[in-house]
Amino acid sequence: MAMKIGNENFSDRVGKGINNSFMRGAVSGAQDSIGARRLNAVEELGNWEEWRSHGEEIRQHVLENLDYYLEQLSDNIAKRGGHVFFAATPEEANDYIRGVIKKKDAKKVVKSKSMVTEEINLNASLEEIGCEVIETDLGEYILQVDDHDPPSHLVAPALHKNREQVREVFTEKLGYKKSSDPTELAQHAREMLRQDYLTADVGITGCNFAVAETGSFALVTNEGNADLVTSLPQTQITVMGMERLVPTFEELEVLVSMLTRSAVGQKLPSYVTVLTGPREELDVDGPEEFHLVVIDNGRSRILGTEFQSVLQCIRCAACLNACPVYRHVGGHSYGSIYSGPIGAVLSPLLGGYDEYKELPYASTLCGACSEVCPVKIPLHDLLHKHRQVIVEKEGKAPVSEKLLMKAFGLGAASPKLYKWGSKLAPSAMNPFTSDDKISKGPGPLKAWTDIRDFPAPSKERFRDWYKNRDKGGNQS
Amino acid sequence: MTGTIKNRDAFLNNIAQNLGRNRLSDPVKRPQWKFNPQAKVLSEATEDELVEVLKAHCEKINTTVVTTTKAGLTVALNEAVTNYGGGPVVTWKDERFSKWGLTDLFKNEWPNQGLDYHEWDHSAGDKNIQFAEQANVGITISEYTLAESATVVLLSNKDRGRTVSFLPKTYIALVPKSSIVPRMTQAAQKMRELHLDGKNVPACINFISGPSNSADIELQLVVGVHGPFKATYIIIEDL
Repeated sequence: MAMKIGNENFSDRVGKGINNSFMRGAVSGAQDSIGARRLNAVEELGNWEEWRSHGEEIRQHVLENLDYYLEQLSDNIAKRGGHVFFAATPEEANDYIRGVIKKKDAKKVVKSKSMVTEEINLNASLEEIGCEVIETDLGEYILQVDDHDPPSHLVAPALHKNREQVREVFTEKLGYKKSSDPTELAQHAREMLRQDYLTADVGITGCNFAVAETGSFALVTNEGNADLVTSLPQTQITVMGMERLVPTFEELEVLVSMLTRSAVGQKLPSYVTVLTGPREELDVDGPEEFHLVVIDNGRSRILGTEFQSVLQCIRCAACLNACPVYRHVGGHSYGSIYSGPIGAVLSPLLGGYDEYKELPYASTLCGACSEVCPVKIPLHDLLHKHRQVIVEKEGKAPVSEKLLMKAFGLGAASPKLYKWGSKLAPSAMNPFTSDDKISKGPGPLKAWTDIRDFPAPSKERFRDWYKNRDKGGNQS
Repeated sequence: MTGTIKNRDAFLNNIAQNLGRNRLSDPVKRPQWKFNPQAKVLSEATEDELVEVLKAHCEKINTTVVTTTKAGLTVALNEAVTNYGGGPVVTWKDERFSKWGLTDLFKNEWPNQGLDYHEWDHSAGDKNIQFAEQANVGITISEYTLAESATVVLLSNKDRGRTVSFLPKTYIALVPKSSIVPRMTQAAQKMRELHLDGKNVPACINFISGPSNSADIELQLVVGVHGPFKATYIIIEDL
């Protein structure tokens, strides 16, 4: 799939998301558990703000000197015998990768999770030439087996599916006969995929960070799938967004630490693998041939603009896990593989305002996203800037602004909208309420709730209460 | 053999242009960073305190820890392998194993017990992979061990196969106590020093923290998704 997912319009997608109660439960559950783990992982450091400032200064320095570091990276990869291809567009990248696949006469590709390959629609491009492409990350594998269901979360792509749905998919497509216990499901995927690793001709990966000074790059997983993808096939192709690099190993470790703490609250995940070039001459495992494909696809247009800081992103998804709107509407509502606050900033920049002009309005501008961002991207400011650009360009805001603002109870212009808005407000604020007080508000509310509790939106709307009162309802 | 680089100039010129300047021709000096929080983590911990930090974190990542001495290593390792159900066992070919007195266990004791043992030797080619894929236990040695995250660091070479730590059902890492450092910061510095000394960094560096796992189905933790189901670290106190 490309960056865009689905053909429904924004309000239909949102409507679907809001009505999907399992998905909403899963999203809020994930936000709560990952959010709490993230908080523990950053608080135990004691000086998380200092870490964030360091993360920010590293990422800003790299962006300011991006041409130099990419030159250094590619020189060092070539020195180690690897090949580097710079692709301005998805077409250029796909053509090059297809060329490598054809030259190798490859029939089977195993892949570890990579957002940038989703962005350029690589799988479809390879399937077109008769190549079988197998996703190996468990979540991605589930989605792929289910006829390419789109991902809904950057880190937990199959979050919107429950175990019963996964069992049904496996039963129907893979002849699976066991229970919906995640352990048994994962065991089945393990057995299927083990054979694929051993028989694949090419391994394709994304890139969490490249290291310019040594021509290395790092892959971060808990499953270990990236390690098998990069050690068993004879040819390896790694695809990276052009901004995903650091000067040296010293900055690499800082950003890897921040990525995993922010993403899932882990000090480090089970596997961080740093690879440099193809295997050494006498090595038995590891690829004989290594290709790095560096993708622009609209990123360079963001450089030098007021949106440059969005390229600091390290794809941890902490902003998704903190966002009250994401909690409410789920990942698919964004219509882009990049969802949540980062998706609402990035998707219009990469995919254009025509496609994504509603996304900057899928935000309360509460600032919770900016506050959790490990590299200090001012996400809610950028969302606000998007709105300014859109209004200047179009002369008015897209209609969804009104709807969404009302949906969060931020206005009462029309009775109908007010009704909808106040209906949604209690569930939108749900993450942060205990009893009837908001004890841990998002963003700017936090400063307030740190010292006092903010009254939560009433579970019972006043007009409902008033109506019920006459019928002898709750009179409290 | 040197690799190829394609389409670079147009691509980088475009970046420079968007940044509003010409291409950078002189090497960029990495700035003196204003912040350095990573250096402070566990910086005052003693060696023994680091061991305690490591052990405590192992509990959180489903990893068993055994502490022994060089003299007790053979017994401890044999016991750990037995606990995992015995062979087949695959190890790196590494002279440290014999220095630490494990040759007899590997080459005599285990074969005599009928335990299938294989040493990863590059001259055996793909047979190494075939054995590792069927193996019950993989055993490797940690070069640096990160206390904070309970991570072993492995450096690949021709006789230290990458997949020894991934293909077998269970995994055992030998951890010399002297390899324990506070966190990833120190290991990264070592790798950088290697490069600055004019040497190549290894083609594959693995930072491994416990067994393979996933939470992709309803965020429930599942252990052993693609790699090992179980992991044990054996800390050797006098090494």
